[in-house]
Amino acid sequence: MLLIHCPYCEEERSELEFRAAGDAHIARPENIASISDEEFQEYFFLRDNPKGLIFERWRHIAGCGRFFNAARDTVSDRFLTTYKAGEPKPSLPIAAMTDETVVETYEATEGRAE
Amino acid sequence: MSGANRTAKADSMGGANRIPGKGRLTPARTARFTFDGRTYQGLQGDTVASALIANGVHLVGRSFKYHRPRGIVSAGPEEPNALIDVMRDNARRQPNVRATVQEVFDGMTVASQNRYPSLTFDVGGINNILAPFFAAGFYYKTFMWPKQAWKNIYEPRIRAAAGLGVSPTEEDTDEYASRYAHCDVLVMGAGVAGLTAALAAAATGARVILCDEQPEVGGALHYDAGVTIDGQDGYGWAQDAARRLAAMDNVTLLTRTTAFGYYAQNFVALAERVTDHVSRPARTAPRERLWQVRAKRVIIATGAIERHMVFANNDRPGIMLASAARTYLNHFGVAVGRKVGVYTAHDSAYEAAFDLHRAGIAIPAIVDSREQPGAAVLAEAQSLGIEVLTGHAVTDTKGKLRVSSITVRRVSGGSSARSIPVDALITSSGWTPSVHMFSQSRGKVAFDAETQRFLPGIYAQDCVSVGACNGTTDIGATLAEAVAGGELAAQAAGFSASSRTELTGTQAFAWTGGMAGAAYGAGPEDDVKAFIDFQNDVCAKDIRLAVREGMHSIEHIKRFTTNGMATDQGKLSNIHGLAIAAETLGRGIPEVGLTTFRAPYTPVTFGTLIGHSRGDLFDPTRKTAMHEAEEAMGAAFEDVGQWKRAWYYPRPGEDMHAAVNRECRTVRETVGMFDASTLGKIEVVGPDAAAFLNLIYTNSWDTLKPGRCRYGIMLREDGFIYDDGVVGRMSDDRFHVTTTTGGAARVMHHMEDYLQTEFPHLDVWLTSATEQWAVIALQGPKAREIIAPLVEGIDISNEAFPHMSVAEGRICGVPTRLFRMSFTGELGFEVNVPADFGPAVWNAIRERVEAIDGCAYGTETMHILRAEKGYIIVGQDTDGTLTPDDASLSWAVGKKKTDFVGIRGMKRPDLVREGRKQLVGVLTKDPGVVLEEGAQIVADPNQPKPMAMLGHVTSSYWSENCGRSIAMAVVAGGKARLGQTLYVPMADRTIAVEVSDMVFFDKEGGRIHG
Repeated sequence: MLLIHCPYCEEERSELEFRAAGDAHIARPENIASISDEEFQEYFFLRDNPKGLIFERWRHIAGCGRFFNAARDTVSDRFLTTYKAGEPKPSLPIAAMTDETVVETYEATEGRAE
Repeated sequence: MSGANRTAKADSMGGANRIPGKGRLTPARTARFTFDGRTYQGLQGDTVASALIANGVHLVGRSFKYHRPRGIVSAGPEEPNALIDVMRDNARRQPNVRATVQEVFDGMTVASQNRYPSLTFDVGGINNILAPFFAAGFYYKTFMWPKQAWKNIYEPRIRAAAGLGVSPTEEDTDEYASRYAHCDVLVMGAGVAGLTAALAAAATGARVILCDEQPEVGGALHYDAGVTIDGQDGYGWAQDAARRLAAMDNVTLLTRTTAFGYYAQNFVALAERVTDHVSRPARTAPRERLWQVRAKRVIIATGAIERHMVFANNDRPGIMLASAARTYLNHFGVAVGRKVGVYTAHDSAYEAAFDLHRAGIAIPAIVDSREQPGAAVLAEAQSLGIEVLTGHAVTDTKGKLRVSSITVRRVSGGSSARSIPVDALITSSGWTPSVHMFSQSRGKVAFDAETQRFLPGIYAQDCVSVGACNGTTDIGATLAEAVAGGELAAQAAGFSASSRTELTGTQAFAWTGGMAGAAYGAGPEDDVKAFIDFQNDVCAKDIRLAVREGMHSIEHIKRFTTNGMATDQGKLSNIHGLAIAAETLGRGIPEVGLTTFRAPYTPVTFGTLIGHSRGDLFDPTRKTAMHEAEEAMGAAFEDVGQWKRAWYYPRPGEDMHAAVNRECRTVRETVGMFDASTLGKIEVVGPDAAAFLNLIYTNSWDTLKPGRCRYGIMLREDGFIYDDGVVGRMSDDRFHVTTTTGGAARVMHHMEDYLQTEFPHLDVWLTSATEQWAVIALQGPKAREIIAPLVEGIDISNEAFPHMSVAEGRICGVPTRLFRMSFTGELGFEVNVPADFGPAVWNAIRERVEAIDGCAYGTETMHILRAEKGYIIVGQDTDGTLTPDDASLSWAVGKKKTDFVGIRGMKRPDLVREGRKQLVGVLTKDPGVVLEEGAQIVADPNQPKPMAMLGHVTSSYWSENCGRSIAMAVVAGGKARLGQTLYVPMADRTIAVEVSDMVFFDKEGGRIHG
C-alpha cells in the first residue's frame, strides 16, 4: 500500500484514503463545443502509457476531498512529488533503473523469451 | 482401517525414537493427538512432524500426481510433502497444513491427505506405474479430445484424483483479528542475525518490531549446536536475547508470526498464529491476527533454506534434509532413524552426522559427491570413525513405505555398485539464501558466480539484508553485519547509537561446497525419477523435456512442468530446476534467470486476510430513517447497493405478485406512500450555483425560478447519459439537487472534479445531504388530501403549488422542503424532513393514508408505475452508451447553450448517425406474456444463427393498471420502427412484439396536474 503526500493536508496518508483520477495537465478546451473531432479525440480519448515518469491526478477522497497532481514512476510506483491542482508541471529528472549485471525477472525479459 | 482408535505404544518420553537427554522439550509435558485415527503421544513443543518421527512414523502423505508414498523432508516452512488436515471440529478444520510447523496440542485430530483408502494402500498409486503417460505438460497433450470430454470427464476426474486437502464444508467459527502498526525498524526473522540486529536497533531507542515464524526465537540455532555467542550456547543466548528484547518498552517481539508480504514503501504484512498451538483456546482469543506494519526501515534476516540432493528415487519416506534431522535431534530430542545414511555435496551435512553419531545413531557412511570435502569436517569424520565415500553418489534407493537401502557408486564410474542398508537418509546439496522478501520488495537479485547463489543485488526500498539471506555464513561476520545493519537502520530512522553493541561468536566448522541441479546418475542419459519438486512430482527429466519441447524461458518451463507452483512455491526446487534448465539450454544460470517471488511467502488462511470483514461486517448496510417502521409493517426488503429498500408490503395471504398488483392499483385509484430517502441529494450553494449547474447538466437553469423544480440530465464528457434527477431551486443561490440512488457518490465526485479542476473560478459549494433528509413520496389522486391538514406555511392548492414546485414550510410541526413532483404520473408530493423526524412524519402520514384505504408501496411498484409512464431509470434503461436523443430526452438539452459537460461528445459522428439503438416501448402480441429483461430482439426469427440482434429488453413488467404486460427496450433505429413487429427468441418459444412509444398509461398526461 502506497503512502501519498496530500499537498493540501500536508501529510503522508495511506493509499486507502485516495482515488486515482487519470492523467494530469489535460485542460478541457475552453471552446469545447467548436473543436474538431480530431481535437476532441486528442483531448478525451488518447493517453500515453509511459514506462517511467507519469503526471496524474489524485483525489484525497476520504480526507480533505481535494484533487491534486502527482508525479509517479510507473516502474517503481514511487511518488516523486505531489502538488496542488493548477500549479505548473515540475521538471523531474527520473533515474534509469536498469543495470545489466542484475538478474531480470520475467516481466522485464519476456520480450527476449524465445 | 486397521489400528483405528488403538493407542500406540508410546513410552513416557513421547515416542520410542526420543533420545533421553537430547532436545529442549520437557518429557513430563505430554500431548496426545490422533493421526489417521490412531492415537500418539508427543511432547508439548513438538511439531506434528517431530511427534510422528518420535513415534517412528515417516510415511505421512501421497504425492500429488504419482501418489508415491512420501515422508517428512524438512523441519520448517519449506516442507513439500507433509501436508496434513488439522481438525478441532467440522467448522474449525484446515487442510494443507505443514506438519513441520503445526505444533501438537492435546486432543488434536490430524489426518493425512491425497490417499484412498489409506496411506499404506492407496489405489492412486497406479499412477506411479502409468507415469509415462503423466510426463510434464501431459494436461496439454493427453486430454485434447473429444472436445466435450474435458469439461465432463477429464477435468472433474483429474481434480478429484490430484487434489490436495479437502476444504471444510461448514462456516468457520473462529475469530480473526487485524491490527495496524507503525515502527522505526521492522526485523523479519529472529535467528542470530535478526536478534542481533534487533538488539542493536533497540539500543538506540528506536521502536522495533521483531517477528519470527517459529514458536521460539533462534532460527538456525535450533539445530546448529556448534555455535556459541558471547561464550554461551547459541540457542541459550538467543532465548536470553529474546527475554531482554521483550522487556524493552520500545520492542514488540512476535513469535509464531510470519512476514508473508512485502509491499510498497515498507508496508509489510505479518500473519500471527495466536491459538493454533493451544489445546483449548479462550473463546475471546482470535485464531490468527493480521498485522499490517508500516516501517521506516526493514531488516531482512530470513536465513537460508537447505536444498536436497537430486538423484533416483530420492523421495522415499525417511529421506530428508540433513539440517532437518539435526533439528529433530538437537531441538526435539528425536532420532530420525537408527541407521542414518548421509548423501551430500556440502559440509553442513557432516555436522548433522556428527551430532547423530554422538547421540548413538549409526552412520553407515557419508557419501559425498565431491572429491574434496572441507578438510576440517573430513578430519572430524575420520576421528569419529565414520566412513566417508568422497567422489561417490547415491544412484538409487530401495524400500516400499520407508527407505531401506541406498545404492552407491563412484562418480568417476568403473567400480561396481554397493548397497548400504539404512532406515533414513539425510541429504544436503547446499543452502539457498531466502531472498523471497527482498525480491518481493522489488529488489533485484544478483547471481554470485563463486558461491553459485542468488543474493540481494539492487535495493528498491529502505531495507537491508543481514546474515544467511545475504549470503553471510561465518558467525563473526554475521554478528558484525547484523549490528551494523541494526544501527544503520535505526540511524536512518532518526536515532543515534549511544554505545555500540558488541558480540563475539564461534562456530565448530566453516562450511564449504554446494551444488545445484541433478547429481550423478540423474543426468540427461538416465531415465530415472529424480525429484526436484516433491509436492508437484517434478523430476529432473521433466525440466529437460520442457526445454526439448521448446520452453526456453524459465517462466514457461515453470508453468509447463509446474515446478515450484505448489503450495511450497519451490523453496527447495527452484534452484535445482533453474540449474537443470540452464544446463540443458547451454546457458549460464543468470542468463536463464530466476522466477519472480510473490506474496505470500507461506500460505495464509483466508480468515487472516479477511479478519472481521465477513457476514454483517463485510460491507456496511445502509438503512433509511423509516426502516424500522417499514419492517413493522411487514415490508420485504431488497438490496440496492448498500441500501436496504422496502420492496413490497405483502398483506396476509398475498404473494409478491398479488401485493404489487394491489399497490399499483391503489396508487392510481387513491394514494400510495413510498420511502424515497435513498435518492442522492446534493446541496449546491453559491453566487455561481446556477452557472455551475448549467455546465453540469444539459438543461438550462437560468430560467428556473426559485420555488420551481426541473428534471435534469447529466452527461459525461463523451456525450452519454450519466445520471438524472429533479433539481429544485430554493433561492437564487441555492439548489436542492437529487441523483439516482446508486449514482449519489459518483455524481458528487464528478461535480467536485469539475468544480475544483475545470471551473475553479465559479463560487460554488457542494454538500452531500443524502442522509440528512428523510423523503416520503405521496402519489395518487388523493395525495393532496392526505397532507393538506399536516402542512403549515405552504399553500398547496393546484394554482399556488402546481406540478414541479418546491417550497419550505412545516409538516407535522417539523421543517420540510415540500416538492410537488411525480415519478408515477399521478398527482404527487415528496416530503423532505430532517432524517430524525422521518419516522414520526411517516407514521402520521400512514395513519391518514390507511384511513382512506391507501397503502404504502415498495420499489417494485415504483418501478412498474414509472414504466407505465415511460420514465427511464438511469443504469437500467441506459447503460452508459445512450445519448439523450437515444432515450427521447432531447427536450431536456438546452438548444441555446454554448457549453456543458458532454456538449461536444454528443455530437461525435457515431452518436448522431442513423440506426443507433434507441429506447422504445415493446408490447407483446399476447398481452399475458411478460418478457424477460435482457432478452434479445431480432427482426427475423427464422434467420440462421448467429442471428443479427437489434437490441434487448431493458425493463419489463406485468401492469395491473394497463391489464397487460409492458416493456421498454433498446432497438437499433427503434424510433423509426413504431408499429413494426419484431421477435424475442427464447429457449422454448419465440415471442412476437410490436414496437410502441414508451407511454403506456394516461398518454395525455392529465393526471399529474390533478
